[in-house]
Amino acid sequence: MSAPKILMQRGLDHPGKSHTLETYEATGGYRAVRKALDMDPLAIQQEVKTSGLRGRGGAGFPAGMKWGFTPRDSEKPKYVVCNSDESEPGTFKDRWLLENDPHTVIEGIMIAAIAIDCHLAFNYVRGEYSYQGQCFQKAVDEAYAKGYLGKGILGSDYDLDLVVHYGAGAYIAGEETGLLESLEGRKAMPRNKPPFPAVEGLFWCPTVINNTETLAAVPWIIENGGDAYAQYGTEKSKGTKMWSCSGPINTPGVYEVEFGVEMMGFVEEYCGGLMEGVGLKGIVPGGSSVPVMKPEQCQGARMDYEGLLERGSLVGSGGFIVIGDNVSAVDCLLNLAHFYAHESCGQCTPCREGCGWIEQLVGEIRNGNGRQANLTKVLELADAMAGKTICALADAMAWPAVAFIKNYPEDFAKLCAGGVDLEALGEAVSRHDHILPRAS
Amino acid sequence: MSSIGSDVAAAVTLSAEATRRIDEIVARYPTPRAAMLPVLWIVQGELGWIAPEVMEWVGNRLNCSAASVEAVVGFYTMFDAAPVGKYKLQVCRTLSCELMGARKVIDHLRERLEIEPGDTTEDQMFTLQEVECLGSCGTGPLLQCNFRYHENLTPERVDALLDELRGSEPTDDVTPIIHERPSRDAYREMFPATSR
Repeated sequence: MSAPKILMQRGLDHPGKSHTLETYEATGGYRAVRKALDMDPLAIQQEVKTSGLRGRGGAGFPAGMKWGFTPRDSEKPKYVVCNSDESEPGTFKDRWLLENDPHTVIEGIMIAAIAIDCHLAFNYVRGEYSYQGQCFQKAVDEAYAKGYLGKGILGSDYDLDLVVHYGAGAYIAGEETGLLESLEGRKAMPRNKPPFPAVEGLFWCPTVINNTETLAAVPWIIENGGDAYAQYGTEKSKGTKMWSCSGPINTPGVYEVEFGVEMMGFVEEYCGGLMEGVGLKGIVPGGSSVPVMKPEQCQGARMDYEGLLERGSLVGSGGFIVIGDNVSAVDCLLNLAHFYAHESCGQCTPCREGCGWIEQLVGEIRNGNGRQANLTKVLELADAMAGKTICALADAMAWPAVAFIKNYPEDFAKLCAGGVDLEALGEAVSRHDHILPRAS
Repeated sequence: MSSIGSDVAAAVTLSAEATRRIDEIVARYPTPRAAMLPVLWIVQGELGWIAPEVMEWVGNRLNCSAASVEAVVGFYTMFDAAPVGKYKLQVCRTLSCELMGARKVIDHLRERLEIEPGDTTEDQMFTLQEVECLGSCGTGPLLQCNFRYHENLTPERVDALLDELRGSEPTDDVTPIIHERPSRDAYREMFPATSR
């Protein structure tokens, strides 16, 4: 299983030095943005479209298309925002980029700015990433000192400022419109869409907002061409993806592979297999919001957008959580329900009430006070939440709720008072599992 | 030293350095209010927590109501609207960390500090909090001590950390402390054991 290293090569080749401007330049850094300055902005957008690069924060929307939605003739200023509010449970890839290759992120932001005619950009770094924010700020300072940012970048007549903005602890600030609200100094409550940020975003001006990993791929694409990037991966999942791997595996960490690798091979080769004495219970491949996969779903699964969808799950943010057979699915779901109940911003009733209610119902089961009716209610609630709120946080609770019950009914049955009629539970699941992502 | 605005806010005094940084930051944003989070970070850093009169002060400075500042302070978990201990220990409790033994780390801290999550020790030394995913899932269990991560924790490493903190002053260094990965035996002690 060989992997091209588009995002992590520099970090792996130059440990302890890859974050410096000196190393960055010695390894080809800031060449792509020079090229971009000489390109027509629409040609830059076209390269990114050609590359097939999709958003790596979770939604997977084509990046070039997103840029293309910004109006060319806007009287208002335009903004680029990098989303480093990495908070999806299981995800720590942007942390790696900010620590080990911050200049790539800066260069990606610069190219995006040039592509839409933006002169003030922001990187929103989650408040807990103090160290990573400092790493990024140091790189920004280096770039300013060399004239790569500020007035007349790289000797051109193009001005670009880049501000590092810290969050302060809120998962929902990672949702793109929640982030914009937060950046404007308010509670991070997501906005109803449309309008989408490309038309009315930050300060109600046209805004491109992309995940850190997405922007980090842009310099390579501009330097080598969208076609070269599209050579990697599969037909519909182009390029590479960073997977952050956690759980009872031997070598947890961040690994970049071409899209399309086989999942259990990846677990063996990159994650070092499961720890001795622990069997595989399941894998949550794309961050805690995506449906959990049973071992038989994992076996032979291709790690790309279509491959995971075929198996009932999603690429999401690439937070690859391996779950061992030493834990109960009830505990896993209870843990996540607590998370989503805590992180719901509270503006939509289905999410505000539903997440807390699911936590309560699963908690009762965990404590031995729950019955089969608790499970039926969880499934009904999930159905009443998914797709019915302003943002996807409700779906992010509903999907694992249905998937954990669907995949591990015995775990729940074991703890329910009065036992569980598994056949009836299966029927209840099949009434509501239409909310799970599925290949059309 | 400077103070601005209403009578309540007049009681707030910040260092010249803090007001200088606030002026500099506000100037970077298209609207004063957009500087809300960075300004709150500065005042919390200087005063330890964000009292009602400080919210009033920030509102005056950023051209918005104290109530809207209060709403922001209450929304984000890293802002403190009440005093906290000298060391704020925030332990990640979310899935990847729980799978690797976060519950044992939290329980150990509860026993050692004799407080429940959310509380502060009587000597005002430690505040213990359970927090959601810290984005360091491959090296859990972990905690954030003020702004510094301590990763790959075990109960023994928590003991050593508490001893070290008791004998020192808070540091500005936020470089993560990443311990070696615990042994298989150490994990065996920490793993949640529910189904078998």
